Amino acid sequence: MKVLVLGSGPIVIGQAAEFDYAGTQACRSLKEEGIKTILLNSNPATIMTDMDIADVVYIEPMTVSTIEKIIKNEKPDALLPTLGGQTGLNLAMELHKENIYEKYNLKLLGSPIDTIEKAEDREGFKELMKSIEEPVPTSAVAETVQESKEIALSIGLPVVVRPAYTLGGTGGGMADTLEELEKIAESGIKSSPINQILIEKSLVGWKEIEFEVMRDSNDNCITVCNMENIDPMGVHTGDSIVVAPSQTLTDKEYQMLRSSSLKIIRHLGVEGGCNVQFAIKPNDSAEQNVKDDYYVIEVNPRVSRSSALASKATGYPIARVAAKIAIGKTLDQIDNAITKKTKAVFEPALDYCVVKIPRWPFDKFIYGDRTLGTQMKATGEVMSIDRTFKTAFLKAIRGLEITGKSLFWEDEQWATNQLNQKEFYKPTDERLWALLYALRNGIDIDYINKITGIDYWFLNAFKSIIDKEKTIKELKLDKENLLDYKKSGFSDKMISTLLNMKEEEVRDYRKDKNIIPVYKMVDTCAAEFEAITPYFYSTYEQENEAISMEGNKAAVFGSGPIRIGQGIEFDYCSVHAAWALNDINYKSIMINSNPETVSTDFDTSDRLYFEPLDFESVADIIDNENLNSDTKTIVQFGGQTAINLSSQINLNKYDILGSPVNSINTASDRGLFEKFLKTIDVPNPPGFTASDEEEAKNIAVKLGYPVLVRPSFVLGGRAMDIAYKESELDSLLKDAFQAGEGRPVLIDKYILGTEIEVDAVCDGKDVFIPGIMEHIEKAGVHSGDSMAVYPPISLSDDHINKIIDYTTKIALNLNVKGLLNIQYVIDQKTQEVLVLEVNPRASRTIPFISKVTNIPMVNIAVKVMAGKLLSSLGYSGGLNKNKDLFAIKAPVFSMSKLTGVDTTLGPEMKSTGEVMGIDKEFNKAMYKALISSGMAIPDKGTVLVSIADRDKSDFEKIVLELNEKGFSLLATEGTADFIKNLGIEVNSIPKVFTGTHPNVVDVINHGLVDVVINTVTGESEMIKDGFDIRRAAAEKNIPCFTSLDGAYSAILSVNSKKFEYNVSPLSKYIEDSDGSNK
Amino acid sequence: MNEGYLILSDGSIFKGKIFGYPKMTYGEVVFNTSMTGYQEILTDPSYRGQIVIQTYPMIGNYGINDLISESNKIQVAGYVVRHHEKIPSHITSEITIDEFLKREKIIGISDLDTRSVVKKIRSKGVMNGVIYKGLDPEEGIKFLESVPSYDSLDLAEGVSNKESLNIKYGKSSKNSLYKIAVIDCGVKENILKLLNKRNCEIEIFSSNFDLEKLKKYNPDGILISPGPGDPKNMEYLVEKITNLTNDYPMFGICLGHQILARSFGANTFKLKFGHRGGNQPVKDLISGKVYITAQNHGYAVEAKGISNDLEITHVNLNDETVSGIKHKKLPIMGIQYHSEASPGPYDNEYIFDEFINLINSKKDNN
Repeated sequence: MKVLVLGSGPIVIGQAAEFDYAGTQACRSLKEEGIKTILLNSNPATIMTDMDIADVVYIEPMTVSTIEKIIKNEKPDALLPTLGGQTGLNLAMELHKENIYEKYNLKLLGSPIDTIEKAEDREGFKELMKSIEEPVPTSAVAETVQESKEIALSIGLPVVVRPAYTLGGTGGGMADTLEELEKIAESGIKSSPINQILIEKSLVGWKEIEFEVMRDSNDNCITVCNMENIDPMGVHTGDSIVVAPSQTLTDKEYQMLRSSSLKIIRHLGVEGGCNVQFAIKPNDSAEQNVKDDYYVIEVNPRVSRSSALASKATGYPIARVAAKIAIGKTLDQIDNAITKKTKAVFEPALDYCVVKIPRWPFDKFIYGDRTLGTQMKATGEVMSIDRTFKTAFLKAIRGLEITGKSLFWEDEQWATNQLNQKEFYKPTDERLWALLYALRNGIDIDYINKITGIDYWFLNAFKSIIDKEKTIKELKLDKENLLDYKKSGFSDKMISTLLNMKEEEVRDYRKDKNIIPVYKMVDTCAAEFEAITPYFYSTYEQENEAISMEGNKAAVFGSGPIRIGQGIEFDYCSVHAAWALNDINYKSIMINSNPETVSTDFDTSDRLYFEPLDFESVADIIDNENLNSDTKTIVQFGGQTAINLSSQINLNKYDILGSPVNSINTASDRGLFEKFLKTIDVPNPPGFTASDEEEAKNIAVKLGYPVLVRPSFVLGGRAMDIAYKESELDSLLKDAFQAGEGRPVLIDKYILGTEIEVDAVCDGKDVFIPGIMEHIEKAGVHSGDSMAVYPPISLSDDHINKIIDYTTKIALNLNVKGLLNIQYVIDQKTQEVLVLEVNPRASRTIPFISKVTNIPMVNIAVKVMAGKLLSSLGYSGGLNKNKDLFAIKAPVFSMSKLTGVDTTLGPEMKSTGEVMGIDKEFNKAMYKALISSGMAIPDKGTVLVSIADRDKSDFEKIVLELNEKGFSLLATEGTADFIKNLGIEVNSIPKVFTGTHPNVVDVINHGLVDVVINTVTGESEMIKDGFDIRRAAAEKNIPCFTSLDGAYSAILSVNSKKFEYNVSPLSKYIEDSDGSNK
Repeated sequence: MNEGYLILSDGSIFKGKIFGYPKMTYGEVVFNTSMTGYQEILTDPSYRGQIVIQTYPMIGNYGINDLISESNKIQVAGYVVRHHEKIPSHITSEITIDEFLKREKIIGISDLDTRSVVKKIRSKGVMNGVIYKGLDPEEGIKFLESVPSYDSLDLAEGVSNKESLNIKYGKSSKNSLYKIAVIDCGVKENILKLLNKRNCEIEIFSSNFDLEKLKKYNPDGILISPGPGDPKNMEYLVEKITNLTNDYPMFGICLGHQILARSFGANTFKLKFGHRGGNQPVKDLISGKVYITAQNHGYAVEAKGISNDLEITHVNLNDETVSGIKHKKLPIMGIQYHSEASPGPYDNEYIFDEFINLINSKKDNN
């Protein structure tokens, strides 16, 4: 039997790494059953697209046309879409509409079409629920704004708007008034692919409960886990703080909802996993008139984000089991992979508490709308496990890794007189801290409960944490007190802050008194059966179950919750690091706090510690493992999270495998780095440090515009931008000094030119470069947001030799052992190669370059770190021969979900994920990358252009190309004049600030525009106008190019009216390309 | 201040904090893996003579409400939890778990490594233990030497609270379709509620009931309830049941099922650490379907000794032990699990319908 498995494509808000976890498990699970798997996913930064996970891997656009081609090539017997998130489900529906199943006699596994339709179509779902007597909130479907208003009036405001067939509730929201409804309904109708929204009675303040259910073909049903949202109804479950299992339900309530879940999955006929969401009336008796005290809110007939969380929370591998069920196995025929003795047909019993806190991108997008509602905004999440809620909760906060946001964080703007205002408690990413602030200032729990609807139980828990926080200040640290605080979940850092001590002092005292955590196992069965799962969490109790492993071993520091700038790529690296350790007879220890990932699957490493990535946790884990033999640490693969731990790890004499801390420090300290480059005679753009605005301006004049401005202690790349003239510099400097809290600001000469990215591995003797990537956009766009092509398309031999020479010099002289990533710019004017940045660690491009060159970079790096020489592994110094193919990495954004965020590309990263287009021809690879990233230009239509003056000369070739291809042009005034002067027809359209209609935004909103090209100017009014254009395009989901290079490549890729592309397995592209190193 | 100990008969010492009523108490130490339903567990008569450990670490979150008790009092001898909640949150909550234990004069211990205790029990099997308030572990170790073995106790005798149960559930009404004699070895009230729901009139009989009185009642069916202890200590009941099997449809739950099996010559044995929780998978061998069940038993029916009259209808998938039997000719069935749930999943309520079907088929045959 051959099965085609669908992945979920690029990481976007609402669909993240959890589907790599699900898909990887599914492919391996099917392999175990002797099934041949064919995988389609456009996302190269995934484990599932590794060539050894599925039997055949296609990294191609996820479209019906691609699937049809794959069917012709591979002749699969069946399709499994339910592990590929909403992307998979939507494709399954499209295939149905195009009769693909009948045409190719392809069997659909998982959920029947009929079921998907019923669950996804609001009206159909409601009908089904009514037919099986399950209560659903009063609601009706609207297809126009007018209809939605009529419905709202009949069921009463407030109402919730839910668009059909969207991810993470895109375009939905809550309306208290008709005016609000009008706006939300309009955006909702637009977001829905079938232009349909549901207007529903608002259940704000009700408890939100989820159940994860499994069902097999023999109608056996189990619930794997239930979860309770601490944020009640009204906040998307992906944006809620969640606890598992439920804490405030009686057995009667629990069983009532459990029974309902089973009834629903049975009637839907799902074969596999399914997620059911309920609203339950708060503080009501289950004994009296329960029938209408709960409502069924939503059903996902597939593996979901919640099922990944449930799998990690319980140890029950939902995706693995779902895949086996899909091919006809029943639950009693599947083994429990954890106990190996019992069967998959049981319900996990937890003897601990799990807390999930979402990670939002508002530390990056400070101007974004922070309000939480029915539209999900979090990019990632952190999970923690401990024996009680309070301790698990405190651990989860530690795991969030938001700079400066410990439990004690308070917004400087907050004042106690705001505490009696409702507004203060509205759901935002910072509400948690607002609640703690309120409790700290003596606000009554009753009051907070009334406003927020958060259950008393959770509020009492928060209050007792605050009480504990207060009493510690009066204490003298002694053994008994410290033990008490550790048992209550207070970290060394928190205790040291409260007692005005250093973290190390608390730690030393603690260790001296032998107050150390023990580690307990996650075993699915609350210790009822003996389990061999190597999956642990810490707690302060009596028995330690994680007895130190014998032999060589190393701890891989993971990358924590997914955030902008630190995504799934680093999980990919961590997983490969663990596997590579096994190759060289090391036992692998994984430390991570992210439940969505493959790295936190219990069989990825020899041991998994599910813990926050802070010094206390990792040091305690190493101490625990060090009892029998020394444990090395690996900090290269977990992004900035792991690197940030390296100094403290080194200082405390723990052994770091690979590049020494000095290399890391040299690369990240501006002064040291400049000095270093000078000594080895490698050039970089000139720049200086300014301590005030006056000095900065003088530097800018000295360097000559444009200049790059950034704070010296960069908070996640914040407040980094380019000033083209002095008038632009003013506002940038203000931002930069503010963001850096008064610390010096760096002013660099901004070099316009081609940006180059290189990953390399160094063993101290040789430096091996698997390939060079060239950015499509000129420097100035963050490397994570630019399109990159392998191999480079415009470099001369001279450039390439320089790049090899510099890379080798830097790696050797920096004493790199393992991976490093270097970014270069080739000055457009002087053709000089300059170094922009060096990172002695795994980069975002490692999965991409590993895949397209078929060189396992992480594997090689780990072996090198452990002392092997590149030559002994079959590699030599220098650049690997280019493959005869083109691979393009394109970024993917989640802008439609983040209102208030500017979509323009700049030095600050904004994308959430990436896709890859691969082909023998450059244009085809580009076209595929654009389709996959949603940026493909149609073969005809209208292009709206609004271009900054300084870009107009570069713009000329684009206009000519667009005209040549027959596009109609709409342009803002200045741009229109420019186009007219080229003798090309164009319609002029007013900007927003002119006050006339229809303006640029109107035409986008009315669907008259197919593509937008807009570059940013520095003047404030213009910025605002451009902002509105870009937001309108994002919300309309039409391609919007803010870089002319990107736009030009995209237009060139459309080189005929009917563009056809072929698909091939990744292995075929590699085989067909001639150059191979080994 | 509230320091105390849980000490096991193998010498294991666990220090914790005493809550509830600080009266030194011994019992057989068992664990339950249910994550909800602590009050139903505390009041389940099958836990007589046992110290119950909840594997779920936070107990008491939604408080205590007298309406959801499964009998008229706390039945466990002692209670072991990782953490008990002092500020419960639920509209139905009347008192805290601490207050409940105090009121009923039952000792509890918290703030100890309950998972570690469970692992002991799992690897060594159930054993006696003692909980007490105090600072000297030797005291408990000595005390345990004088404690009788759980297996030697007949705990079901005298557990019945038939008068009050008869008043609560026994009333007949014009809707009553069936007369059920319930042999109360430690019945849970939800069993009676579910019978009432199926239009059954109920008469409660204690485990050493008068045979003639029962015959005189002339029930349509007999339900033998769950209860505590080793069925081997209840041969008197087995004998009485043997006398009745030819004449009445019968349904045995848990201990009742073991009694039924024994009355057809089967043997029972003690499990190493029992099955106690709401997540036990049971396979119906006839339909091939698997059900998640609530279980609470320390003894089981031996498969190999089952006579030709009986057939095994259900097995526990965790350890393949017998989970259900029926008679090949007579309308008699037994299940080792709790179809009445409370606490636990509602998946098996249909078994009560099957009992009613047995009664109906017998009626039809007559």
